[in-house]
Amino acid sequence: MTSLIKSRELFLALILVIGVILIGSYDPVFVRWQNISDMLTETSVLFMLALAQMVVILTRGIDLSVAANLALSGFVAALVSQYYPGVPLALMIAAGVAVGLLLGMINGALVALLTIPPIVVTLGTLAVYRGMIIILAGGDQVNASEMGDVFQAFPKQTFLGLTTPIWIAIGVSILFWLFLNFTRTGRGLYAVGGNPLAARYCGISQGRQEFLAYSIAGAVSGLCGYLWVARYGVAYSEIASGYELTVIAACVIGGVSIGGGVGTVAGTLLGALFLGIVNTALPVLQISPFWQMAIAGAVILAAVVINARAEHRPDKLILPEARRLGRDSGLLRRVKA
Amino acid sequence: MSDPVLTLTAVSKSFPGVRALHDVSLSLQSGRVTALIGENGAGKSTIVKILTGIYRPDSGEIHVGGAARHFSSPRDAWAAGIAAIHQETVMFDELTVAENIFMGHMPVAATGGVDWSRMRARAADLLERIDAPIPPGLPLKRLSVAQKHLVEIARALSHEAQVVIMDEPTAALSANEIDDLFRIVEQLKAEGHAVVFISHKFDEIFRIADDFVCLRDGEKVGEGPVASVTEAELVRMMVGRPVDQVFPKRDVPIGDVVLSVEGLSNATEYADISFDLRKGEILGLYGLVGAGRTEAMQGLFGITPTTRGRVTLEGRPLAVASPADAIAAGISYVPEDRQDQGAILSLGIRENVTLASLGQYVRGLFLSRPLEIDETRHLGRRLAVKASSWEQRLAELSGGNQQKVVIAKWLATRPKVIVLDEPTKGIDIGSKAAVHEFIGELAGEGLAVVLISSELPEVMGLADRLIVMKEGRIVEEFQRGRWSAEAIVGAATGARRDAA
Amino acid sequence: MNVPVQPGQQDRYTVLDTAPRRLRDFLLSWDVILVILFVLTIVVNSLVSPYFLDVYNLADATSNFSEKAIIALGMALLILVRDIDLSVAAIVALASMGIGYAAEAGWSPTMLFAVGLGIGLLCGVFNGALVTRFRLPSIVVTIGTMSLFRGLTQVILGDQALRSYPQGFLDLGQSYFIPMTETGIPWLFIPPVPLSFLVFLVLALIFGIVLHRTAVGRQLFAIGSNPVAARFSGVPVNRLRFLLFGLSGMLSGLAGALLTARLGSMRSNIAVGWELDIVTMVILGGVSIAGGVGSILGVFLAVLVLGLVTFGMALNNIPGQVISVYIGALLIAVISIPRIFERLRAWRAGR
Repeated sequence: MTSLIKSRELFLALILVIGVILIGSYDPVFVRWQNISDMLTETSVLFMLALAQMVVILTRGIDLSVAANLALSGFVAALVSQYYPGVPLALMIAAGVAVGLLLGMINGALVALLTIPPIVVTLGTLAVYRGMIIILAGGDQVNASEMGDVFQAFPKQTFLGLTTPIWIAIGVSILFWLFLNFTRTGRGLYAVGGNPLAARYCGISQGRQEFLAYSIAGAVSGLCGYLWVARYGVAYSEIASGYELTVIAACVIGGVSIGGGVGTVAGTLLGALFLGIVNTALPVLQISPFWQMAIAGAVILAAVVINARAEHRPDKLILPEARRLGRDSGLLRRVKA
Repeated sequence: MSDPVLTLTAVSKSFPGVRALHDVSLSLQSGRVTALIGENGAGKSTIVKILTGIYRPDSGEIHVGGAARHFSSPRDAWAAGIAAIHQETVMFDELTVAENIFMGHMPVAATGGVDWSRMRARAADLLERIDAPIPPGLPLKRLSVAQKHLVEIARALSHEAQVVIMDEPTAALSANEIDDLFRIVEQLKAEGHAVVFISHKFDEIFRIADDFVCLRDGEKVGEGPVASVTEAELVRMMVGRPVDQVFPKRDVPIGDVVLSVEGLSNATEYADISFDLRKGEILGLYGLVGAGRTEAMQGLFGITPTTRGRVTLEGRPLAVASPADAIAAGISYVPEDRQDQGAILSLGIRENVTLASLGQYVRGLFLSRPLEIDETRHLGRRLAVKASSWEQRLAELSGGNQQKVVIAKWLATRPKVIVLDEPTKGIDIGSKAAVHEFIGELAGEGLAVVLISSELPEVMGLADRLIVMKEGRIVEEFQRGRWSAEAIVGAATGARRDAA
Repeated sequence: MNVPVQPGQQDRYTVLDTAPRRLRDFLLSWDVILVILFVLTIVVNSLVSPYFLDVYNLADATSNFSEKAIIALGMALLILVRDIDLSVAAIVALASMGIGYAAEAGWSPTMLFAVGLGIGLLCGVFNGALVTRFRLPSIVVTIGTMSLFRGLTQVILGDQALRSYPQGFLDLGQSYFIPMTETGIPWLFIPPVPLSFLVFLVLALIFGIVLHRTAVGRQLFAIGSNPVAARFSGVPVNRLRFLLFGLSGMLSGLAGALLTARLGSMRSNIAVGWELDIVTMVILGGVSIAGGVGSILGVFLAVLVLGLVTFGMALNNIPGQVISVYIGALLIAVISIPRIFERLRAWRAGR
């Protein structure tokens, strides 16, 4: 274990466990395996997109185009399935990922090479990517009957009791965890976001890291695009509309700092899980699903207020009495003992 | 003595309008601590930046271990075995101690991934070597400033650094922590590292350094073994010039008390600041960097809250909760940090000059551009601001001209009291003289001036009276004519009085 | 510089009162680029469609973007001081719902507008308090309140629609506030003006004057350029930011009232996605997301360009999402092109 799960993640996990127990005791259906499996399958796309978004936010950026990217790459994958039903499934998925990666690289190039603020870039590409679907298809949609059987069956298959989307989400999460904790590049992402100047002193290029982050976000969006389209059996321009904000919400709840340099895989997964549980719990508790959004909003606000570290100027310790009280570090004194 | 580890030969460096270093040579021996001393702006930090690859010298040579080197980036300096511990830590708060030590050159396992166990073990080794039992897995933000310095030392060692530069490492440390740090310096020495130690505190220099190099105005004015000099001699070397001739103080009739401050305090930065200030008077406020001068004056100006104290302006008690209150009452504060706190670089001269006094140019509901231009032209000419037009963006002006614009902004508020915080820091000599001239003029017009400066000749030349702060308190007051450079520096550094 | 130094003048050289205006700078200024885009839009559209240059069509077109444009004015000021408000569309929904219920309770049209403004103000004040009191980044706060406000609308309204409004209220939104007026001279007439466009014009004028001609406006530029130096100069930074959030909320409430009157019904998904359109208007208008740079004239022109591009394409039966492709591409192109030139110049200079 590289990073001990820090208190923030523990706190969030605790809230989730207590929540699940409370809801489960109200209605045991909630904790039945079938329900949990459905919930995880439903949330698997959010898990992956939130991780991808976290990587971007780590570099002090933001990617508003993830959902649009998902829609376009999913649509392309569906087109491949429609027009080339003979192509192996892996190639159809690869088509989605490749389109997603390309779109992500466009974002990355605009942010890293032209140093345009990320929010402006992705606001623009968000509109472009979504609209491209209409241009590609002339306003048509790809329906379940037009997609290949294998194409649609894959996300519904189960292996060792878990659906394929859950397995993919697990795999992607492990890859992110390995990448962010066990590669120089991954640690460099934290360095660039945490202190760009210091990172430059250490020979880490900010532009390269940014380009990489948006490319990763794009590729993951492409993968999620396939899963989304195949699972719901329809591809058109409006799918996952507005989902980018849900994704950012998952990150914020999971403790990712919008200021960059702070965020963990575990925290982000828990943030996404939180939203997933809220969505599934509402019908169980016979609360109107219309509460979903309001709860998410309230939770985001609570999360940022809790996360907000006291940002006010730390008082300097100049007076001798203040120094004695404040800064004498136990660790150093232990040396002398 | 053995061959030097590092030599600088005839190094010069200029910035537009400023000659930061001129023909400076020095050499560092392994196993010795060299103190680099000099006033602010003498060129110490320029040397540090050249040695660490942040600046490139205009001329001169750097030799490391006998071979000539050119540094074009901080990495080159690392590779040559030079590492620095900066005054403000340039590190990653959210990452672990081990990562901070190895960022940029993390050990990699056979699988291609970062080898955390080896990295932690090596970090622990390095920290062990300097007797700092900091767990390598701890996030840096949980450490004190002193501990962060230790991590920086470990980082220097991780680069196999032969030369370790410490830029005022004790500025934020307590007495106990300084003891610990010095033990580590001794140890580095014993292991054969060359250490460059920068400090304003003479007791520290005499305690830890073997050699000294003294800079003044970008030139080397003395060097040798510390054992061969006294504090008084060092002070004289640093201050150097016959101060009274450089900045003639005008004879101005000094009037009634304008501002009276009694017992101004806040929790951790300054305590019991009391002084009276008279019309036409220039009160110098001297002290080491970090003595609490800026903090106390920012408290007076309403930037930060004060906990205790009474302020009276022209006999009336004054409650200041924000800079706007202070400005309305007639107090101005020209901040030390021109780039961040003083000037708005992306706006023009006119917009900067009128910003703190916008109410004066309002006719009806609107700002009157002619009134703004009149005021800008008037003050700009008085201060001899050089620009192509009064609307030129500040970013296009030299540092000296930017500073003049900032001072103009404060004069436009028609203050009764003006606090100037290091008004000549980092500006060219020509502008410096103009600013000095002008400060005298202001006093002549009956303004009460507080001049914060770390440059002794400046305060000694301009001030009628001088108060010295040390560790957040006023420790001594001097009257013009009854002071000496040695006595003032002695009060500020806490040096032995008999040495002065 | 070609200004001669006059003998006997006390200065060693002359400093001009105002910066010299060079033709090249003027032609490359953002506002001029926008004017060119605006003219191009009109020319291309009128060549493509004979229905474009019809006063009634154009008048209708303005009502399609005026509500967003009203909110864009407040957003421009927020972005100018380095903040952003992504909750504006959600505030529109919440205000519109309040108006809907008040209308069912039989309130007068004036009161309905007051309800919209009041709800908007409350929401904006809530944003402003969170951002300035807790020192939180406004982008996160307003993503949160966007969810919260929209969510509250959904909770209260469910999948209902509100559609009973007093006729006087509907008239305000659905008929021309100023009808087409002939002046007797064949080529001179007053075109029909919808209320929302008139409100936008008046507000744009007021915002332009406040931002560019008053002390408060100057202080906003100072905050956006360097908040620390602004505070040191006595600018009440947090108070002004707080007020701007309140203002942004109020404008959203006003837009909500106008929109509700125009549509004559509301559901919880009213004005969904508007926040991104509005931010696009502001950025295309030349307001820098990094703060401190921008003009109301630019925003005004960008609103017209976007509005007419949208209208012209819609006339040619181009679907809304395809229009947004062009608008998204336009946004990126307009921002990128100067930067690409800058890069090239730096690269050439560096060689």
